[in-house]
Amino acid sequence: MSKRVPKEIYEQTRSYKFKQWLAGTKDPFLDTVEMKPQQEIHESEKLIHEHEMQHLQIVEQAYDLEHNAQIRLFRKIYNIFSVIFCLSLVFILLVGVSYLPKYGHEENPVNNEVSARYIEQGLQETGAINIVTGMILDYRAFDTLGESHVLFLATCTVLILLRKDKKKYQETAQHNDRIYEPKNDVILQTVACVLVPFIEIFGMYVVLGGHLGPGGGFSGGAICGAGLILYLNAFGFAKTERFFTGKTYKCMCFCALACYSLAKTYSFFTGANHIESVIPLGTPGAILSSGLILILDICVGFVVAGTMYTFYVMFRKGGY
Amino acid sequence: MNFVRNLPLFCIILTLFSGPCSMILPAKKARILNLCVILAVGIMSFLVLLQVCISGGSYVYMMGHFPAPWGNEIRVGPLEAFMALFFCIIMLLSMVGGATERMAEIDESKENLYYVMVNLLLSSLIALIYTNDLFTAYVFVEINTISACGMIMIKQSGHTLEAATRYMIMSLLGSGMLLLGICFLYGLTGHLLMSNIKEAVAAIAAAGTYHAPLMVAVGLMCVGLAIKSALFPFHSWLPDAYGYSTVSSAAILSSLVSKGYIFLLIKIFYRVIGFDIICNSKIINIFFVFGIAGMMAGSISAAKEFNIRRMIAFSSVAQIGYIYMGFGLGTMLGVLASIYHILSHAATKSLLFISASGLSECSGDNKELAKLTGAGYRNPIAGMAFTVGALSMVGFPLFSGFISKILFAQAAVNQADKMLPTLIALALSTILNVIYFMRAVLVIYTPRKGIAAEERGYQRIRMGKDPGKSAVLVCFMLLNLVLGLMSQPIVELCSRGLGMFG
Repeated sequence: MSKRVPKEIYEQTRSYKFKQWLAGTKDPFLDTVEMKPQQEIHESEKLIHEHEMQHLQIVEQAYDLEHNAQIRLFRKIYNIFSVIFCLSLVFILLVGVSYLPKYGHEENPVNNEVSARYIEQGLQETGAINIVTGMILDYRAFDTLGESHVLFLATCTVLILLRKDKKKYQETAQHNDRIYEPKNDVILQTVACVLVPFIEIFGMYVVLGGHLGPGGGFSGGAICGAGLILYLNAFGFAKTERFFTGKTYKCMCFCALACYSLAKTYSFFTGANHIESVIPLGTPGAILSSGLILILDICVGFVVAGTMYTFYVMFRKGGY
Repeated sequence: MNFVRNLPLFCIILTLFSGPCSMILPAKKARILNLCVILAVGIMSFLVLLQVCISGGSYVYMMGHFPAPWGNEIRVGPLEAFMALFFCIIMLLSMVGGATERMAEIDESKENLYYVMVNLLLSSLIALIYTNDLFTAYVFVEINTISACGMIMIKQSGHTLEAATRYMIMSLLGSGMLLLGICFLYGLTGHLLMSNIKEAVAAIAAAGTYHAPLMVAVGLMCVGLAIKSALFPFHSWLPDAYGYSTVSSAAILSSLVSKGYIFLLIKIFYRVIGFDIICNSKIINIFFVFGIAGMMAGSISAAKEFNIRRMIAFSSVAQIGYIYMGFGLGTMLGVLASIYHILSHAATKSLLFISASGLSECSGDNKELAKLTGAGYRNPIAGMAFTVGALSMVGFPLFSGFISKILFAQAAVNQADKMLPTLIALALSTILNVIYFMRAVLVIYTPRKGIAAEERGYQRIRMGKDPGKSAVLVCFMLLNLVLGLMSQPIVELCSRGLGMFG
């Protein structure tokens, strides 16, 4: 049992001094200091209201563009500097370009072993007559894989920005759009009837013939998408939604990109581990040739067509 | 262990593939898929890191059947694998930590689109880290830009839409300059593969021909990436983008997106142009000056700011300034310090954003500093986390910020002409950091019992209310302590990896 000591004795013990030092009342330089507990802040409603009013007033004055001299000055300086910046950038780029190797000269650094192999052995190694397709879908397929995901991502961003909520959309947008749509424009419908099938067939031809001649997934897909947009303009959403809705787009895009990723994973994996790929290259010139290129072209075509059409629908109506 | 060599490829493909997957899944499943993907990529990166450390070397991985200058390839070394692992950790923590806010702020029908953005952002970061080809890097820079834009504007208010527009304009300007730079380099060298460009550039520099276009190319690429990572005069898009977007977006944008570009810049320095040529050109002096200017300007703007989120965002400008100042020193040590600052800033800034959201959550969703009075008592764990983050930013010993500052100072001592400005800048910026971070800490620990406190949504938040967030904050604090107390092995790993770059 500890016994109770009088205050004077207690004040001389080390534990008392330590406690005082801990509490900050005893300072080695200033000796005894009076410590007050921190005051709690009390704000009256009136004061808070005053602060808020002041804040609002400041905001109003700051954004009063006509009478704010600072903003006017800033805009003037901004305009001058932007002109100076653009001119200097143009100047630097022109100077840079003027020092570049002459365009089309035989001994340019660009004409090296890389392009030589693309031109000389491209047909044997990729099986594609169109060297460009062989380059983008076989030699450098990883870049194109990224590029097709860029398109998909762009659609997603537009969906975030423009897609309207289902409920709100049914109340407002549907009425407006469907009423003002040129529903029975005979000239447009007749022309579309004639043109759309040809456009679609031509688009498919461009996609499928990508490895044989000029064309490929990107250009063919754009043509198909344009045909769809024309059809939509002539016949309205009621007709197109029978075969192309938001769900269709999602599934189509998913399947195409999944197919692309799987095919390329196989080819990257076998390539890096030096395993012989089992996919035959076929006879160059035949429609079923050049290994994976045809499949990849079709995938890219689907993604591009869907992207074009979805962009149009989103900007026009904000939902399927 | 040979199979482990394939894992970087699987990381990239898995994240790319999970994008379209989340598109067709409902929001809840997409959320789970997202977490699984980040976790899986983290584990794979860890295995790759182990393998690279054990074998003690880097390797190139052929993407396809065609060898280097004709096909694509990726390069894996200790620094790349470690960065990938670290980015996965930060991303996982940020996604879990911001989950509650995200669900409240995002339209439910659009939530799965958010996961599309996050997955593709991760894939682009991983690809930027591993790629050995400049054009592949550009393609993934595009993915990075678009998905960051989507992440800003998913919370659809006037502020975020304006911020996203600004971000897009500035970012596209940066991308355009990067692309022009790559075109110039291709015209001069005829290659897109990093190692081949480096050989060709060394030959050009030795011969002395094409000096002007080479400098234009280097300048364009550097300025482009500086714009995209918000170096000082190009930072105007940053405070709104970080300040008003949903909290996990802000954390990811500040700690990962800008860092991905900076990592690409380091790769360009070492693997494309060659560090000697960069040092002999005067471009590092420009970085040095603007880095120091950014350190000051960012801190001063932050000190003037009364919105806590925007204050933290402005502090990012200052920290990016530190990183570029490290490049500006023009030595291996300087770049090493910058890399360590990338790690430390990533770990601290996301901690600050998430804890700030916890503080405003208990103060009726107010973000004004004055209204956060006493928030540290209402939400103890967030208050503690904010204090740790603030101390780390200031450079208090024990925490990660201290180590990066000491590395900067050490790097500066070896540079006779740049030593004094660097040390003065470090000291001044530390004082400025103290001014605004300690002000915030003092405010949140000032007790307050206002009159109509409850009416305005002030409430006590206990640790158990949002266990995910509390756990994330604890993890972040531990990460900060680990970076602050066990820095030696990490610095050694980074310097070994950087040595293999050259």
